[in-house]
Amino acid sequence: MSTAPPDADELSRRVGEFLAAHDPAETAPQEFLRARFDAGLAWVHYPEGLGGLGAPRHLQPAVDRRFAEAGASTNHPERNGIGLGMAAPTILAFGTEEQKRRFLRPLWTGEELWCQLFSEPGAGSDLAALATRAVRDGDAWTVNGQKVWTSMAHEARWAILVTRTDPDVPKHRGMTYFVCDMTAPGVEVRPLRQMTGEAEFNEVFLTDVRIPDEHRLGAVGQGWQVSTTTLMNERVAIGGGAVPRESGMIGVVAALWRDRPELRTPGLHDALLRAWVETEAARLTGARLRQQLTAGQPGPEGSGAKLAFARLNQEVSGLELELLGEEGLRYDDWTMRRPTEVDFTRRSPGYRYLRAKGNSIEGGTSEILRNIIAERVLGLPGEIRVDKDVAWKDLPR
Amino acid sequence: MSDLLYGEIENDLRASVREVLADKAPWTSVLAGTEKDEPYDAPLWRAVAAQLGCAGLPVPEELGGAGATWRETAVVMEELGRSAAPVPFLGSAVIATAALLAAGERELLPRLAAGERIAVLAVPFGTAPYDVPVTVEDAGGALTGEVAGVADGMAADVLLVPAGDGLYAVDATDARRTAVTSLDMTRRLADLAFSAAPARRVAEGAGAVRAALRTGAAMLASEQLGLAERCLDDTVAYVKTRYQFGRPIGSYQGLKHRLADLWASITQARAVARHAASCVAAGDEDTPIAVAVAQAHCSAVALKAAEECVQMHGGIGFTWEHPAHLFLKRAKADSIALGTPDRHRAALAALVDLPPA
Ligand SMILES: Cc1cc2nc3c(=O)[nH]c(=O)nc-3n(C[C@H](O)[C@H](O)[C@H](O)COP(=O)(O)OP(=O)(O)OC[C@H]3O[C@@H](n4cnc5c(N)ncnc54)[C@H](O)[C@@H]3O)c2cc1C
Repeated sequence: MSTAPPDADELSRRVGEFLAAHDPAETAPQEFLRARFDAGLAWVHYPEGLGGLGAPRHLQPAVDRRFAEAGASTNHPERNGIGLGMAAPTILAFGTEEQKRRFLRPLWTGEELWCQLFSEPGAGSDLAALATRAVRDGDAWTVNGQKVWTSMAHEARWAILVTRTDPDVPKHRGMTYFVCDMTAPGVEVRPLRQMTGEAEFNEVFLTDVRIPDEHRLGAVGQGWQVSTTTLMNERVAIGGGAVPRESGMIGVVAALWRDRPELRTPGLHDALLRAWVETEAARLTGARLRQQLTAGQPGPEGSGAKLAFARLNQEVSGLELELLGEEGLRYDDWTMRRPTEVDFTRRSPGYRYLRAKGNSIEGGTSEILRNIIAERVLGLPGEIRVDKDVAWKDLPR
Repeated sequence: MSDLLYGEIENDLRASVREVLADKAPWTSVLAGTEKDEPYDAPLWRAVAAQLGCAGLPVPEELGGAGATWRETAVVMEELGRSAAPVPFLGSAVIATAALLAAGERELLPRLAAGERIAVLAVPFGTAPYDVPVTVEDAGGALTGEVAGVADGMAADVLLVPAGDGLYAVDATDARRTAVTSLDMTRRLADLAFSAAPARRVAEGAGAVRAALRTGAAMLASEQLGLAERCLDDTVAYVKTRYQFGRPIGSYQGLKHRLADLWASITQARAVARHAASCVAAGDEDTPIAVAVAQAHCSAVALKAAEECVQMHGGIGFTWEHPAHLFLKRAKADSIALGTPDRHRAALAALVDLPPA
């Protein structure tokens, strides 16, 4: 076995060999995905035996492209964004060998979906204020509390969960991170309807849930550091892949503009062109960011990308409704559905408009992102902290 | 996709231009220059154009240039934008040079590339690459007519004048030139008048002029990027040290969030400007779209950066003895130069098939 990490040529050779041995047209999808993971061609930058080959991260897109071109089955990443984008890197960074072996493979193949039990009614932006209690009980923990706005909890087999284990120390120090079995007794998932009418997220009630200590991620009291890894990966995950011009929401509206001359007005023309320019700027910024990563000079530009994405999605989806005028007053369906993924393309313009409002709230609000850019990138002074040396139990709430 | 990063050669070039500008064009001397009659800073021009060889970057070696590309030129523009340097680089080393390169001219170009002579294209500075006004008539090689508001017009040795159905070179001493009191004191305008001025024809048609203005617009985006970066850097430094109500003003979210937004839009301007520069450098077929996007976008970002710089500096930002106004004036003038954002969006509408109502 070679010890040096494979380069682009070596990876390309391995993909070729793999595809020759596993004809995508002949192999059952699940079997194909498992074999791809075992060959180290899932996340090429992960270690050997854990879906990767220890290759440089930037070689992944070329590998994905080869598999796509060969018509290989996918692991439907749109259904498991939290698993792939956040749970996996956190488990890789903090998990024990056993945890990595248990969780990463079915996560990547899509056999087990994941959700994120972070936010609570009293702790959203201020995640470290959370109140869900975990109490040690022999070689297990007993968990009680309530989580909220949990996307896809109704689909998930596992959850990443942050809890309070010590209320007597300041909030950041008394937290512990777990992997929670969503089928365990005491886990109750209730649909929480959102403004679009559907229930993509949920309330999750945890009543005397037993979590074995081997499902703890990181040390007792280290929950904040583990969560920070998750949150950082959350923002990176939103950067996205290379996209052609006029992808996403602007493409929908540009097509509408071309197909329906009777809808056009001078004011909307100007608004459309402004949005077109901004979308193109965001696309080029994403391309530049990827070039930086490939060149081994990652920059902080990614943190601006989510801000821009949220603003543009909201602006352009609003524009689409205005352009449609009277037609924009018709919605497709208010019945309470339980979707398995967020779908911006197949629903009505009204749905797109409403769903886009979540983009500046989910995964950290735009205000919190601005705080982060101002403090970590520009080096401006932090907020005045009134909660720093106060035990969690004494905090006002 | 074009290469949107900076290479090692570009980083080295940036460092040497920045060093020269720090030495010869600190803002105090840029400000002092605005009170003088000289239309530009001649020693600074010699240092940048001739000694560093920046004037000839995109010119082939056989014509006395450095045989580099517009990508390197764009880096020089960023640095000049960072200091609002009062030199006719955009006029001579970019627009006039691009016109002569497009025309295949071999006589004047080597002297421009060497920084020995300064040429400017005689069109109003607001002219967009899409519709070039021709206000001068050609009668058997002698030109008559007027052109208002030409950037760096007083600095020029040679005027490149669109007249009749071609482009002509005229010795600047054969034109009547009137200095304009200009909004941007670091890049001044001049009104030109020709009455039977002797002229040499250098190009047929309007193609060379349009190409020159398009290249100029692409390079201007890099100047705007540099200016915006400078405004952000200065402002961030200031809000960290200025105390009011017992805290640095940079600890107030009302300012932090605006600076974060500005930072994010500057990262976008960088990608957009690099794309436009790469496209003109490669003669890419995407050039017209890339340039229209760059001007529609970077104009707004630079202006916003300069306006925020003034506002967040408070009273001192409104004071003559502070550089903020130099950048504001340059940014506002740049947002009108070579076509307003609105003009570029209108052009884009045709280029990407989004026709008006
Ligand atoms: C569609 C969607 C899906 C979600 N999915 C999940 C999920 O799967 N798992 C999960 O754990 N959570 C999920 N969330 C929850 C999300 O992470 C939180 O809603 C978010 O972090 C904001 O917290 P909050 O709702 O408590 O708002 P608050 O924190 O109460 O904020 C309210 C307002 O105050 C502003 N604000 C708060 N603090 C500051 C500050 N310091 N400075 C300036 N402004 C401030 C906020 O920006 C916001 O505008 C989801 C949310 C949405 C909308």
